[in-house]
Amino acid sequence: MTEHPRELRYTIEHEWVRVEDDGTATIGVTFFAQDQLGDVVYVVLPAVGSTVQKDSKMGEIESVKSVSDLFVPVSGEVIETNQDVIDHPERVNEDPHGAGWMVRVRMSDPSEVDGLLTNEQYDSAIAT
Amino acid sequence: MVPFAGWDMPVQYQGVIAEVKAVRGDAGIFDVSHMGRLSIHGAGAASFMDSLVTFSVMTLATGRARYGFMLSDNGGILDDVILYHTQFEDGSDMLRLVCNAGNRDAVKAWMAQQSQAFRGVTVIDHTADTVLVAVQGPRALDIVDGLCPDEPKPSALRPFGAAPFPLTVGDGAVAEGFIGRTGYTGEDGVEIAMEAAYGGRLWEALAAAGATPCGLGARDVLRLEAGLRLHGSDMDLTTTPLEASLERFVNMDKGIFHGRDALELQDEDGLRRKLVGFRMLGGGVPRHGCDVLYEGETIGEITSGTYSPILDTGIAMGYVSAEHTAPGQRVHIDLRGRLVEAEVAELPFYRRPKSQ
Repeated sequence: MTEHPRELRYTIEHEWVRVEDDGTATIGVTFFAQDQLGDVVYVVLPAVGSTVQKDSKMGEIESVKSVSDLFVPVSGEVIETNQDVIDHPERVNEDPHGAGWMVRVRMSDPSEVDGLLTNEQYDSAIAT
Repeated sequence: MVPFAGWDMPVQYQGVIAEVKAVRGDAGIFDVSHMGRLSIHGAGAASFMDSLVTFSVMTLATGRARYGFMLSDNGGILDDVILYHTQFEDGSDMLRLVCNAGNRDAVKAWMAQQSQAFRGVTVIDHTADTVLVAVQGPRALDIVDGLCPDEPKPSALRPFGAAPFPLTVGDGAVAEGFIGRTGYTGEDGVEIAMEAAYGGRLWEALAAAGATPCGLGARDVLRLEAGLRLHGSDMDLTTTPLEASLERFVNMDKGIFHGRDALELQDEDGLRRKLVGFRMLGGGVPRHGCDVLYEGETIGEITSGTYSPILDTGIAMGYVSAEHTAPGQRVHIDLRGRLVEAEVAELPFYRRPKSQ
């Protein structure tokens, strides 16, 4: 049993990426990450229109217990951020792979996705 | 589970915010058995303790408890403590002290050193053979009353009152609980000390009666909302009760006690820094160690902070230079390089509604 859907790709820093039909990438944090963080109370996201580099810091996610950096798993341009998650950070806990998404990126190099972890690889990474 | 002062402690059961809401709206239980529990015996026990704490022990009536500080001779806070005065049926007296887990050894060493001047005083450590369970929230007393087969019920205690009561703890067993109407959440409630053998069953009985198990995470949010200082974060040997803005727990009229002279001197000289509350006006959660700035200059430091579910914003306590302590004072707090606006706020952040 995994909480991490097969159709998403993952990073060791606990972000997920979904490649949409239009080729853009939707990014959020994993079920495992939000479970470890506990109640999420504040999210800082990059500005729409900004250019982000794979593996660079794109924002912060803060729970009652701790604050962590958010890293961007793929390079490109931020075309949308989830205002609902900024206004209601608890969405990250309620639905981390759905309504709790954070940013959408127009990828500059879609092949970067191939280097990300599958759900099985991610599950074994967090099991150790 | 996390290590805490040598104990394995639960941070959360179902989630910090859900647990905080349970305590504010209903009832929560906390296993606080890590806290130090000492008893002080002997004819000189009261005058001995009176020499060590900032409140009067000589006027502490039977069945009552007081909160205050054990100070070093420099006026620094060795620990904050609650002292309970109990009388047994045979007329003998006992003083019970609850201290912080991380300070238990230091408190015991200080007491052992100072007790040499007092004849016939003995100190016994009950921490390992008893449990301490806090039941907190508007329904806490109803729940505890429900476990008590006798009259009067624990709800007959006034705030800071304390007495032993029989409690039914699962499978018909009745055990004595020493109950104080005290706590660390800003809600009404009690703390129950009981023989360790009954601890698990007491917990089960309280949970079965509907109290929500709560961890350290919720406890920290609740105590911060209630403006309650945490020793080791908001105060320590380098801070005095005057700097911690807790002078109301210091009785300068009661006579000599360790640290008194230092406080008198500090009071004459004036304070250079003082603990205040902060409410964030921008997003983010202030944490221990964050700098506080005024017009670009660092004027102090956050000693503890959290997200407040009641206020839906970050809150904190910290020390700032004495000229910036007025409520409403705008400051900036450095949240990992982000300067976020905040204001000095009155403590506590949260006061429970008066019961009807």
